[in-house]
Amino acid sequence: MWEQIRANRVRSIILVILMGALLVLIGWIIGMVFAGNAIAGLVIALIVWGFMSLIAYFQGDSILLGVAGAKKIQPSDHPRLYNVVEEMKIASGLEKMPDVYIIDDPALNAFATGRDVNHASVAITSGLLQKLNRDELQGVIGHEISHIKNRDVLLMSMCGVLLGTIVILSFYASRVMMFGAIAGGGGNRRSSRNSNGGGGGAIIIFIIAILLMILAPIFAQLIYFAISRKREYLADASSALYTRYPEGLASALEKLAQSSIPVKSATQATAPMYIANPFRNKNVSVNDWTSTHPPIQERIRILRAMGGGAAYSNYDQAYRTIKNTNSGIISDNTAAAVGAVGLRAAVAEGPVETAAPVDDKMTRTREVNDMMYRMNDYKTIQCECGAKLKVPPSMQGGVIKCPRCGRTHQA
Amino acid sequence: MWLIWVILGIVVIIIIFLAGTYNGLVNARNVVKNAWAQIDVQLKRRYDLIPNLVETVKGYKNFERDTLEAVTKARTAAQTASTSGDIAARSAAEGELTGALSRLMVVVEKYPDLKANQNFLALQEELTSTENKISFSRQAYNDQVLQYNNKTQQFPSNIVAGMFGFNKEQAFLQATESDAEKKAPKVSF
Repeated sequence: MWEQIRANRVRSIILVILMGALLVLIGWIIGMVFAGNAIAGLVIALIVWGFMSLIAYFQGDSILLGVAGAKKIQPSDHPRLYNVVEEMKIASGLEKMPDVYIIDDPALNAFATGRDVNHASVAITSGLLQKLNRDELQGVIGHEISHIKNRDVLLMSMCGVLLGTIVILSFYASRVMMFGAIAGGGGNRRSSRNSNGGGGGAIIIFIIAILLMILAPIFAQLIYFAISRKREYLADASSALYTRYPEGLASALEKLAQSSIPVKSATQATAPMYIANPFRNKNVSVNDWTSTHPPIQERIRILRAMGGGAAYSNYDQAYRTIKNTNSGIISDNTAAAVGAVGLRAAVAEGPVETAAPVDDKMTRTREVNDMMYRMNDYKTIQCECGAKLKVPPSMQGGVIKCPRCGRTHQA
Repeated sequence: MWLIWVILGIVVIIIIFLAGTYNGLVNARNVVKNAWAQIDVQLKRRYDLIPNLVETVKGYKNFERDTLEAVTKARTAAQTASTSGDIAARSAAEGELTGALSRLMVVVEKYPDLKANQNFLALQEELTSTENKISFSRQAYNDQVLQYNNKTQQFPSNIVAGMFGFNKEQAFLQATESDAEKKAPKVSF
């Protein structure tokens, strides 16, 4: 069933090659304009790209987790989250259990990172963890695990580096060229004459070069977004397949759609890693072409249109119906290789779900809050009057008065 | 002279094809074996959880003895079956255990203080998750078997599979609804 990775990879690779071609183009222009020699420019472009790739490959996940302020958790910190990750790890056939991280942020989001299946992590915001029931959590984690399983994380971070290199090179090169043209037109023309032999031709080449410098990053970004959107659909389809329960992810996405709190620590470069666009804002209509994620409502509609099956072929069919298109998102041989897959019923819920729905939210919130307090080294004192005092590390060691009954405690 | 090179080239291509396909088959078979082992791990985990669960629940006054005893009995039977090596018998015994446990969980609904017990809640989470893991590992196993079977039956890898005796079909596991599960009381509000 894992053959789909290969089939979908071909399309992604074509797009990556396009981005690579843009980088080569930029390098070539830089070489021609500044050194009169294309090779020199190419070498500069490759060195910048290679250096950034190495950092992204070996340090990318720790940088991303560090920037997001993610904290690693143990099974005992939040058993349900840890168990759900392990369940999805088993369902996807991953060999190694990914590390589980939590981000103290009321925004609703989650992401996966790590260069390969053996160095993978899953991170979720505390806000999302509070909002989701077990089935929904499973859907979200299934989505993230399939990013790991499908190697999307590596693909997207390498594309991100490619994009970054193109943006940086064209930004600085075009500024230097503009400056050069304004301040020292003579010098520029002289060097151009050496290589081209004609003033008029040099100016045209110069203008074309500037135009390409401006357009290349835009094109690169559009390609990047296109790759990202494709991977999101595939991850949704895989999540449905792993959980055998598309409704879980659909209802989780619905909750995500209702919230418009942006993720504090997200940047344009890290956006494709998240389950939903971290900058989403209800008042701004999201343009199809300039978005890292497909519209969330559309993803929900596709998942709900899967009709009685959890296989890739069901997702593909739903995708075609909703998007009103003939070209599916998953290749035919992939869909055929997996065959028919039935759905399961909603699982009997764990401890949280056995209580009434109102209690659910309270229990979950309390659970997550307690965990965040513990992780920030707060101490809990149970007062005789029933109040639970949470003592921050800075106040530990002193005497603390219960705000409710006035008893004093030794912290 | 060129004929020799052509023949040599063809031979090299055949060897590369044979080696690649053979390794692919070995890999697929190992993945199936590993997936099978995964199911075992989860079933064992369930055996380990049950004594704790029974111990916690037993403390509650008037807790239905029959339900508890059924769980304990089903566990012992499943553990015995796990050493016998008979897959059909084992699958039946595990099905009985699943049924007995789900009945226990329904009965628990009648005991509000039990549901407020932290210890019990933690156990219940573990048990829910282990049940999920069992079904997910069975699901993953079946997916891998399908993959392996496709490889041994489809052209051209079926030729290599036939040459090296790979075409032994692996059994699919089915989640059979046991008698106990069918008898599980329906909850009505």
